[in-house]
Amino acid sequence: MKIQEIVALIDAEVKSGSDKLEEEVSSAFGSDMMSEVLAYVQNQGVLLTGLVNEQIIRTAAMMNMYCIIMVRGKQPTDNMVEMAEDNDLVLLTTERTLYETSGILYTNGLNPAGHSYV
Amino acid sequence: MSDIIQLHYDVDGTDFAAAGEASMKIKKELRSLGFPQDVIRRIAIAVYEGEINMVIHADGGTADVNVGLDEIEIILADTGPGIPDVEKAMQKGWSTASEEVRNSGFGAGMGLPNMKKNTDEMVIDTEVGVGTTIRMKVYVA
Ligand SMILES: Nc1ncnc2c1ncn2[C@@H]1O[C@H](COP(=O)(O)OP(=O)(O)OP(=O)(O)O)[C@@H](O)[C@H]1O
Ligand SMILES: [Mg+2]
Repeated sequence: MKIQEIVALIDAEVKSGSDKLEEEVSSAFGSDMMSEVLAYVQNQGVLLTGLVNEQIIRTAAMMNMYCIIMVRGKQPTDNMVEMAEDNDLVLLTTERTLYETSGILYTNGLNPAGHSYV
Repeated sequence: MSDIIQLHYDVDGTDFAAAGEASMKIKKELRSLGFPQDVIRRIAIAVYEGEINMVIHADGGTADVNVGLDEIEIILADTGPGIPDVEKAMQKGWSTASEEVRNSGFGAGMGLPNMKKNTDEMVIDTEVGVGTTIRMKVYVA
């Protein structure tokens, strides 16, 4: 799925990386606990979260993810937007909840993918 | 083992927003040196978890990286409170993190086991009231 399709499906606003909406992503992970993201994510391209701080950007960057979706109408700070740009990440916001956003994307073919914590 | 390069970073214990900056720099450095993506990713995760720990559980510290051709060694050192029971601390889900830390997205008790999982060697040297030093190695296959 192209990131552009995600934007349309969840009525997202693009906060950073508007030049990268043609990138393809195939799977996603949702959590407000960044240490869970760091432990469970294998090669998911998209992070869905309701957490608002710099660490969501760093976590996604460490995991080589492509896109962060901030749910429940959460807004990034200017510093977070700048960090996302610096790390080539697409940063999206949506008014929808984590559950709703996940449901829409799952139904449209974005996979949970392999997450194995050993 | 001959080192190509040695890196040193100070980790500020008072600035949660800046936690992870050293890990980010290390990741970029290793990428520019051309290490395999998998090696870089494992190191990035392990150092980032360790750096966050130094900020949320200690008063910051230092991160040293000895980059060799066959292996990369990372030494994270702090002069924080130390870990009273390392065996417990290594268990998944065991955490002493405050509510505030949990609300910041950390404190699931996953960091240390995840550092172990992502490295080929990990040794914790800790003493209550003195500090904690964690040495990790990742082999470059
Ligand atoms: N550098 C340190 N100094 C003192 N105590 C530490 C340090 N690192 C870890 N600990 C102790 O070990 C426990 C387990 O650490 P671990 O990283 O596994 O989990 P956490 O930091 O609590 O949560 P998470 O890593 O999921 O955010 C911590 O809660 C803390 O009590
Ligand atoms: Mg931790």
